[in-house]
Amino acid sequence: MGKLERVMKDVKPKQGGLNSEIQSRIGHQLRAMYDDVVRQGVPDRFADLIRKLDEPQAQNPAAKTDGSE
Amino acid sequence: MPLTDSLRDDILASVPSLRAFAISLSGNGDRADDLVQETLLRALANIDSFQVGSNLPAWLFTILRNLFRSDYRKRRREVEDADGSYAKTLKTQPAQNAHLEFEEFRAALEKLPQDQREALILVGASGFSYEDAATICGCAVGTIKSRVNRARSKLSALLYVDGADDFGPDNTIRAVIGGSGG
Repeated sequence: MGKLERVMKDVKPKQGGLNSEIQSRIGHQLRAMYDDVVRQGVPDRFADLIRKLDEPQAQNPAAKTDGSE
Repeated sequence: MPLTDSLRDDILASVPSLRAFAISLSGNGDRADDLVQETLLRALANIDSFQVGSNLPAWLFTILRNLFRSDYRKRRREVEDADGSYAKTLKTQPAQNAHLEFEEFRAALEKLPQDQREALILVGASGFSYEDAATICGCAVGTIKSRVNRARSKLSALLYVDGADDFGPDNTIRAVIGGSGG
């Protein structure tokens, strides 16, 4: 706890906000990490899943959970 | 509304960002994809409750977040039992092409409280408005804002402590200490 507080004091922000350079670095890292995954697109697994669920119920009884017995 | 072709396409189009959100939350790629799959199944099962014209990504993110939280609670108990073995799996590298910098950033992100982490990701990476993020998290807009701010403060502290080489802490600290006049 003490360590963190000390660090925060060292990089004490002006005007109650975080230093804008740090903020933009954090924002950049965050988006880079996120977009790295987004760029992978839609794995087949999910495209297949949605396609299967979208098939007519008669051919795919598992798609509907309500048993009409 | 019924599952139309365009709605199905929209759901598919949300998958990449749902995965990114899930990975950011869970820090684990396999688990994230399971979460996404469960989210899609649940969304499709409840598609009738989705209202036309409302925000589809926000609706899907809400489902995913709720699933993650109930799952997280369950796992937390397992973690306590397993005595740190789960923490070890978190440290395995989740994304293939991640640089060292990413790993350090991700490690710092994982140290944030869950509330703060999700708020920061929704606003800072997914690009949701504070209002949408508040809807997704089921809290007030002001709460989201303060969580995002606390997350940013904590991240900057953590990254300074851990000192990523490329992060340039020396320069930044100097800039801060020296004043913003530059």
